[in-house]
Amino acid sequence: MSRTTPRLMLFGCAILYMFMYAPLLVLIVFSLTPTKYGVAWEGFTLKWYLAVFNNENIRDAVKVSLMVAIPCVLISTAIGTITAFALYRYKFLGRELFQSVLYIPLIMPDLVIGIALLLFYTFINLELGIFTILLAHISFSIPLTTLVVIARMQRIDRTLEDAAMDLGADEWTTMRKVTLPLLKPGILAAALLTFPWSFNDFVVTFFVSGVGSSTLPLRVYSMIRLGVSPMINALGTLIVVIPLIVVIIGTQLEKRSV
Amino acid sequence: MRTFAVLSPSAFWLLVFTLIPVGIVIYYSFLTRGPWGTIEFKFTLDSYRQVMDPLFLKILARSFKLTALTVVICLAAGYLVAYWIAFYGGRHKNLLLFLVILPFWTSYLVRIYAWMILLSDHGLINNFLVLLHLIKEPLPLLHNQYAVLAGLVYTYLPFMILPLYAALARLDRSILEAAADLGATSAERFFKITIPLTKGGILSGSVLVFAPVIGEFLIPELLGGAKAMMIGKFIALKFLGLRHWPLGSAYSLLLLTIILALFYVYLRLGGGREAYREQR
Repeated sequence: MSRTTPRLMLFGCAILYMFMYAPLLVLIVFSLTPTKYGVAWEGFTLKWYLAVFNNENIRDAVKVSLMVAIPCVLISTAIGTITAFALYRYKFLGRELFQSVLYIPLIMPDLVIGIALLLFYTFINLELGIFTILLAHISFSIPLTTLVVIARMQRIDRTLEDAAMDLGADEWTTMRKVTLPLLKPGILAAALLTFPWSFNDFVVTFFVSGVGSSTLPLRVYSMIRLGVSPMINALGTLIVVIPLIVVIIGTQLEKRSV
Repeated sequence: MRTFAVLSPSAFWLLVFTLIPVGIVIYYSFLTRGPWGTIEFKFTLDSYRQVMDPLFLKILARSFKLTALTVVICLAAGYLVAYWIAFYGGRHKNLLLFLVILPFWTSYLVRIYAWMILLSDHGLINNFLVLLHLIKEPLPLLHNQYAVLAGLVYTYLPFMILPLYAALARLDRSILEAAADLGATSAERFFKITIPLTKGGILSGSVLVFAPVIGEFLIPELLGGAKAMMIGKFIALKFLGLRHWPLGSAYSLLLLTIILALFYVYLRLGGGREAYREQR
């Protein structure tokens, strides 16, 4: 390979990373300027952030989003963990089939999931609201949590469990004292991945939410429909930056614990 | 028996909240739309006849075109990034990969909105060009197919980079060295060794980008106008705007069939097997 090729490639990569991050940087910068549209730096302000914090609609939407995301994480992580356990430990008839059907929601377009659930809820006369959003989120989260926990499970050393059993622990004790602690990082990873999925989901929620209950992404969407405003920039920055900080701190902590 | 008990929560959830709802979509696709968007419980094949509607076929063709373009651009760009990280990443490898994955944790709605700030009539690019006196009137950057394409590539590029990187990282470097020793040029090594040996990653990445893009609803909704309609947006319009549920159901099933067929072909071609082997 000629000597200029790596340099050219580096240049291309730099542009692509810029492409991946420039829009978010622009969003952040715009959230800190006083004017609605600007090209030059026109001073620094936090007034749009104050506006976000003082906006009752946004606060309500955050509440709804948390009321969905927190139970969703707990329930789908629990179900995903036991499903992963069963799929990995037990050999049974139709295991392959079960596994491929289980992953269908992962490849189904969000739009189709949303529409199918909307028709289903209408069909059984279930009133749309927080509850229907939660049910929908759990159903697209279970395949995800199962997948993440199975990935961790495959790295567990089976001999540790065999040793526990040989030393007289029954199956339940082995699971509680050996398997679960070994699985903890996987379970935690599943929960950490599911939370933003549920909290940020737009498309499925868009179809299965009723009139009264708006999650934060739905609220942001209706604000966007009304036009670009610096308050959306501030809110968008918070939505993007807060999870990033959490993830960065999380990975640092994980590194240290290893 | 115990297996059954342990699996029942997820089996129950899968049945009630995925399989039965899809069954109901199939059921609705055979019903009749009454006046005012009501449903008449009368069996008909009308919705399936309308799949042949020229307008729908046009939108379907455009969706395929935009999706194919997205896959090709992501493949070229993703290969470059993945190759760089795998071969020249050095000690920055983890950081560079982390930056690729990071967007998965953020709001996809907000990330698409960020493109609206860049591209709108009074957005950053237009204001900048006006300031430089390069243009007098803002250019119509938003609400066209190019804006949609930019948003699609931006959103789904990480789906391409990750499997490509996995394939490139597994590539046995000694084969490349052997080829060089035997006099192969760098272009020959790349096209005859690197690309064929990373075929699995290319296939996985392409499927992972194709599947969500063909059914994409939000990106054409926000960045495309009426001119850049894609099948996902069209289905949503049938459902929410016109309340034509039977027709929307038939179109949704068509979309689902396309994606399931794609995954079937992918698995048949041996896709995903490498990842499986890796896990063991």
